[in-house]
Amino acid sequence: MSTDNHKKLDPITLAVIQSSLQQVCDEMDLSFSRAAFSPIIAEANDRSDGIYSAINGELIAQGALGLPVFVGTMQFSTRVLIEMIACGDVAAPEPGDIYIVNDPYLGGTHLMDVRFAMPYFHNEEIFCWLSNTGHWPDIGGAVPGGFSANATAVEQEGLRIPPVKLFKRGQMDKEIYSIICSNIRVAEQRIGDVKAQSAALLVGQARLDELIEKYTANTLSAAIAELKIRAAQQMRQRITEIPDGNYTGTAYVDSDGVVDEPLTIQINMEKSATELHIDFEGTSPPCMGPMNSVLATTQSSVYLAMRHIFPDVPINAGAFDPLHIKDPHDTFLHAKYPRPVSGCAAEVSQRIAEAVFAALVPALPEKVTAAPAGSSGNFALGGFDPKRNSSYVMYQLSGGGYGGNHDHDGLTNGCSTIGISKTPPIEVMEQYFPVLYREYALREGSGGAGEHRGGFGIQYSIELRRGEATASFVMDHGRVGPQGVLGGKDGMTNSVTVWRNGEPYTPPHLSKDQGIAIKAGDRVEVGTPGGGGFGDPANRTAENIQHDLDNGYYTQQQIDEMYGLT
Amino acid sequence: MQPGAQIIAGIDVGGTFTDLLVFDTDGGISFGKTPTTVDNQSFGVMQALKDSAVKIADITTIVHGTTTTTNAVLERKLARTGMITTRGFRDIIELGRRTRPQPYGMFGEFTPVIPRALRLEISERIDADGEVLTPLAEGEVRDAIKTLLQQGCESLVIHFLHAYANPQHEQHAAEIAAGLWPNKYITTGHSLLSEYREYERGVTASVNAAVQPILDNYIDRLQRELTSAGYQHDLLVMNGNGGMVSASLVSRESAKTVMSGPASGVMAAAYTAKRAGMPDIITYDMGGTSSDVALILNALPSVSHELEIEYAMPIHVPMVDVRTIGSGGGSIASIDDAGLLQVGPHSAGATPGPICYGRGGDKVTISDANLVLGRLNPETLFSVDNKISMDQIRTAIDQQIAQKLSMSVDDAAGAILTIANNKMAGAVRMVSISRGHDPRDFALFAFGGAGPLHASAIARELGIPKVLVPARPGITNALGCVVADVRHDFVNTINRPLDSLASDQLQQTLNAQNERGMELINAESVALENIEFRHSADMQFIGQTHLLNVPISSTDFTCEELQRNFESVYLNRFHVELKEIRANLVNLNTTVIGVRAELDLQKLIDPAGRKDKITDAIKDQRQVWFDGQWHNTVIYQRDSLPLDAIITGPAIVEQMDTTIVIEPDSTARSDSDGNLIIEVN
Repeated sequence: MSTDNHKKLDPITLAVIQSSLQQVCDEMDLSFSRAAFSPIIAEANDRSDGIYSAINGELIAQGALGLPVFVGTMQFSTRVLIEMIACGDVAAPEPGDIYIVNDPYLGGTHLMDVRFAMPYFHNEEIFCWLSNTGHWPDIGGAVPGGFSANATAVEQEGLRIPPVKLFKRGQMDKEIYSIICSNIRVAEQRIGDVKAQSAALLVGQARLDELIEKYTANTLSAAIAELKIRAAQQMRQRITEIPDGNYTGTAYVDSDGVVDEPLTIQINMEKSATELHIDFEGTSPPCMGPMNSVLATTQSSVYLAMRHIFPDVPINAGAFDPLHIKDPHDTFLHAKYPRPVSGCAAEVSQRIAEAVFAALVPALPEKVTAAPAGSSGNFALGGFDPKRNSSYVMYQLSGGGYGGNHDHDGLTNGCSTIGISKTPPIEVMEQYFPVLYREYALREGSGGAGEHRGGFGIQYSIELRRGEATASFVMDHGRVGPQGVLGGKDGMTNSVTVWRNGEPYTPPHLSKDQGIAIKAGDRVEVGTPGGGGFGDPANRTAENIQHDLDNGYYTQQQIDEMYGLT
Repeated sequence: MQPGAQIIAGIDVGGTFTDLLVFDTDGGISFGKTPTTVDNQSFGVMQALKDSAVKIADITTIVHGTTTTTNAVLERKLARTGMITTRGFRDIIELGRRTRPQPYGMFGEFTPVIPRALRLEISERIDADGEVLTPLAEGEVRDAIKTLLQQGCESLVIHFLHAYANPQHEQHAAEIAAGLWPNKYITTGHSLLSEYREYERGVTASVNAAVQPILDNYIDRLQRELTSAGYQHDLLVMNGNGGMVSASLVSRESAKTVMSGPASGVMAAAYTAKRAGMPDIITYDMGGTSSDVALILNALPSVSHELEIEYAMPIHVPMVDVRTIGSGGGSIASIDDAGLLQVGPHSAGATPGPICYGRGGDKVTISDANLVLGRLNPETLFSVDNKISMDQIRTAIDQQIAQKLSMSVDDAAGAILTIANNKMAGAVRMVSISRGHDPRDFALFAFGGAGPLHASAIARELGIPKVLVPARPGITNALGCVVADVRHDFVNTINRPLDSLASDQLQQTLNAQNERGMELINAESVALENIEFRHSADMQFIGQTHLLNVPISSTDFTCEELQRNFESVYLNRFHVELKEIRANLVNLNTTVIGVRAELDLQKLIDPAGRKDKITDAIKDQRQVWFDGQWHNTVIYQRDSLPLDAIITGPAIVEQMDTTIVIEPDSTARSDSDGNLIIEVN
C-alpha cells in the first residue's frame, strides 16, 4: 500500500475513516452470519471478518461482532499467504480470486476454522486483503465435528487444506470444492456456508470501493498507517496503568486427552514503561493429545485476554505492538506438524487467557476478575435414532460461573472466555434429538467463596430415550477449579458422570473422553465449574451471605465452612 | 358537537414530558405538554387534559401510551411474584442462555425477575411432541401455591416445559390456582406467546405477572379519575405492537405494553408517510440520550417478537421492531487516548444534560455543538431562566476539544457534528441491512426533538434521497395514539418440516387465530371501519436457526404455495437457492386489525396561521455553520409557511417542538398535510 503523496490528514477525517473501516468489517460479519447456513456461524457467530495489510498481512480493522477467539488471528494466516505467494509456493492473486485455507500450522487455529482470503485491488495493485474465518460444522477426521479428545496426529482430526484458490476470477473451482466435499460430513449443506463466506468478502469489497471513491486511496492508506500508530499509543497508555514490575500467572489443562497428566501454562510478564514483555518459560512441552496450540492461536489468546482487560482499545495491529510475546519454542503452545491441535481454540486458548488474568489481577484489581469457568463445555452425543431412522450428532455446550470482581459477584452461566454464543433452548434440543433433560439447574455451591464470590456453573442431566449412542467430552477444569484471587477461593471443578445401567462411570481424564457407548435409559450428568472468588471471604457482608443462603445457592454447612460462621 | 363527530385524545407519557393531542373530526386540534410525573404518571395525564381547552366529558376516545411497565421492569419495582415450574428447571429464568453483556470484559450482573426462593418445582413433564410423560401432580401444585401465598406473593407464574406444544398441564394448574389465589394475577407461560424457547417464554411470563398488579392499579385509578371528570367511555391503552386495547383487557397481557411509546411513534410515521405517498421509510427519532430507528415497508412497520429490553431480559411478544442506537443530543464529545475525537457512547442524558440546558452539565455534547453553530436558536434556549452563556459553552468546547486538536472552536463544533452524523448513519445502516434492505431505497422520516436537526446530514451520508419531517415532530407518539388501530397478534409454534405437514391442519391453526382475534375485537368498545387479517409464517431450512418471515395471502393457503413463497423470499434475501434442503415451518402468525376511520392530518397545522407568501414566514436571519464556514441563513417559522412553500437551503425552520436544518444545495417543499419533504443532494 502506497503512502506517498498524501496530504496531511486532518483528525476528523481520521476519526471518520476509523469508524468507516470498522463499519465495513461489521457489515461483513453481519452479511456472513445472516446468510450462513450452519447454526455455528449463523447463531453462534463462530466467525470473524477483517481487513489486512497488502504488505505483511497485519490487521487493519476487524468486525466488532466477530468471535473473540479470532482477535488478531487472521493477520498470521494472511502474512503466511503473502509470503507463500511471494516465493511462488501459491499461485499469484488476480482480481476475483478467493483463497481457502485451514492449515493450523500456517497461522491458523483448529482445522474446523476455515479461512477465506481475497485480494482487494485498486488500480491493478493489491491495496489490502479481505479475509474471514468460519467454523465449519465438520471437516472430516475421526470424530464428527472435529473435536477429538484423543487424536495423536493432525490427520486424525480432519482434512487439512493448504492455501489454494477456491474462486478463480470470481468463479468457484468445482473440482477443488468436490475434493473438499468428499472428505467432510453433511457436505450437501456446506454450499450455503461457502456462498455466505465469499459473499461477505464481496460486501467488504463493495464498501471499500465506496470509501476509496470518497476519500481516495492515498488518504485511506495514510489514515490506516496513522490509525495503527494511534492504537499503539492507546494501548501503551493503558499499559502504563500497570505498575512496573514482573508478574506471573499459572493455569493448568487437566490433561492432553491421551496422557493423564496436567499441562502447565506458565506466563511471565515484565512491564516496563509502556511495554509488556511476555514469555512462557516453565510451560509444559508439546503433548501427545490434541491440546497443543499453534503459535498463531497462542498469540491471539494473549491479545484476547488483553482486550477483555482493555476493551476500548480498537483492534488493529498497532494495539498489539506494545505486547512482545516471546516464541514459546518447545512447549505445547507452539505445536508443529503433525501434532494434533483440535483443543487449542476451544480450551487451551482459555487457559492462556486465564494465566494472563491471574498475572495481572494484582496489578489491575478493578479491571481483571478472578478466573472464570473458562471452558466451552463440549459434550457431543452421536447416535442413531430408530424412531426417525436417522443418524445425528448433538452438541451440548455449556457456560459456567465468572470470577468475582472488584465490585460484584461473578456472573452465573456466562459464555466461554473466547465465545459470545448462546446455547440452544432445551425445547429445541429435545425436538431434534432423542434425549430428555431431567435437570438443567444452577449448580449450587459451585461459586468460589470471596468478598465477591464466583458466579455459579450449571448442572444438567440428560437421558437417552431411544437407540444407542456414543458420548464424547472436551471440557476442562476437572482437576483444579477456576482460581480465586486476592484471598478468594477456587470455584468448584468440572464434573462428568455417565450412568450406564445405573452404574456411574467417571472419565479417567475427568474432563475429556471419547467413544463412551450408552443406550436408552442411560444418563449423562455434567456440572460445570463455578467462578473463582475475589477478595477475602471474611470481608463478605452478612447481608450477601444471608441472601446466598435464603436462595439456596449454598447449604448452611457450605456457608459455615466458607465463611467460618457458626 | 355534531352527531357522528369524534373527539379523540392521544396522550403519550415520555421520560420528560407528557404530550397530549386532541383531534376533533369536526373541528380543530389542540395540544398540551406537561412535565411527566414519574411516580404516578396519571397526575401528569390528568393535568394535561385539564390544561387543554377541551372538556373531558366531550371526548369520545382517550388513547394512552404509558411507560409504567417498562419503568417497573428496568427499575425492578415489581410485584412480589412466585413461579411454579417443571421439576428440575426452576433456574431456567436465572441461567439464561449462556451470555455476557458485552463481547469483551468478563463482567456482568443479572437479577432475575423472580428470586430463586420463590420459584418452586412440581412433578409434571411433557415432551417435545406434546405427550405427557409425567402427569401433573395436583397435590404438589396446591402445596406450592399455598407456600407462595404464605411467602406474600401477589402474582403467580405457571411455566412448564413444552407448554407451547401442549398447554394442558399449564391450564390445569391455572384452574387449581384460580381456586386458591386471591386475585386474577395468574400468568401461564403459553398464553402470551405460544412459542418454543423455555427461557424467553418464562421471562416474558414472569415480567407479565410481575407488572400486572402495577399496571392494573395504575390504569384502574386513571380510568376512575377520568370517569369522575366526566369521561363516559373506556380508556384505551397503546400496546407495543402499535395497536390499542381496552383498559379492562390490558393488564392481563401487561407485558405487551412494554415499548408502547416508541411503537406508537412508528405507527404515526407509517400513517403520515403513507398519506404523503412514501410507503417505504426509515424512522429516525432522536432524543436526549438515544435514538430509535424502525423500518417501514409498504406502510407496514416490521414487527418482531424478539425484543430484549435490557441485558438478559427478553420480552417475547409481538412488538413493532424499534431498535435503539446509543446517540442522542446529550451524547458527550471527548478526545480519547489515541488523540481522536469521539462522540458517545457516554451521554449527559437529561440530568445533568448538555451544558446549554443550564442544569449543571459541564461536558460538551451534540446539543452544545448545534447551539454554537447556530443550528439551534440561542434565544429560545437561553430565555428560560438559564445561567449559561454562549461564551461559557464556547470555552468548554475550546478546552475539552478544540485545543487538543489545535483547531478553532467553530471547527471543533463542526467536527463533533461530522463524527456524530457519521456514527448515527452507520448505526441506521446496520439496522437496515440487518433486515436485508438497502437504506437508499427508503426515505428518512425524522422526528423527536433532535431528529430533524440531523436528518439531512444522516440521509446524505447514507445516500437516502429524501427526508420527511412531519408537521408536528415533537408529538409523533401522541399522534400515534390518535391514529392507532385495534390490533391483536397471535403466534403458534409448529416447528416441523413443511413436507410433513398437511395444509388443512395449518389452515385450522390460522382460522383459530382469526377467531380468537375476532373475539377480542368484539369485546372492545371502539368504532371500527372494518377488520383486516394478516398472516405469515416464520420459516428456515432444516439445520438453520435464523428465521425468515414469509407472507401468507389467506387462510386457504397450501403447503406447496408456502414452500414456493419461502424459496422466493430466501432467494431475494440471500441470493442463494437451496432446493436440495427441506424447509421447516417454525411459527404461524396472525394479526387481526380493527381499522378505524382515517383522520385528516391537514389539521395538524392551523390553516389560519399560514401566510400566503414564503417571505412572510421569515422570522429572522442568523449565521449558521455548514461545511466549514458560516452562512447567512434565513430562519422560517414553521406554522407560517404557505402550504406550497419551497425552501432552498441553507435554511432553518423553527417550530415549538423542533428545529429543522435544510443544508446548502438541498430543497424542501411543503405538502398539504404540512409535512416538509427535503430533497437531499
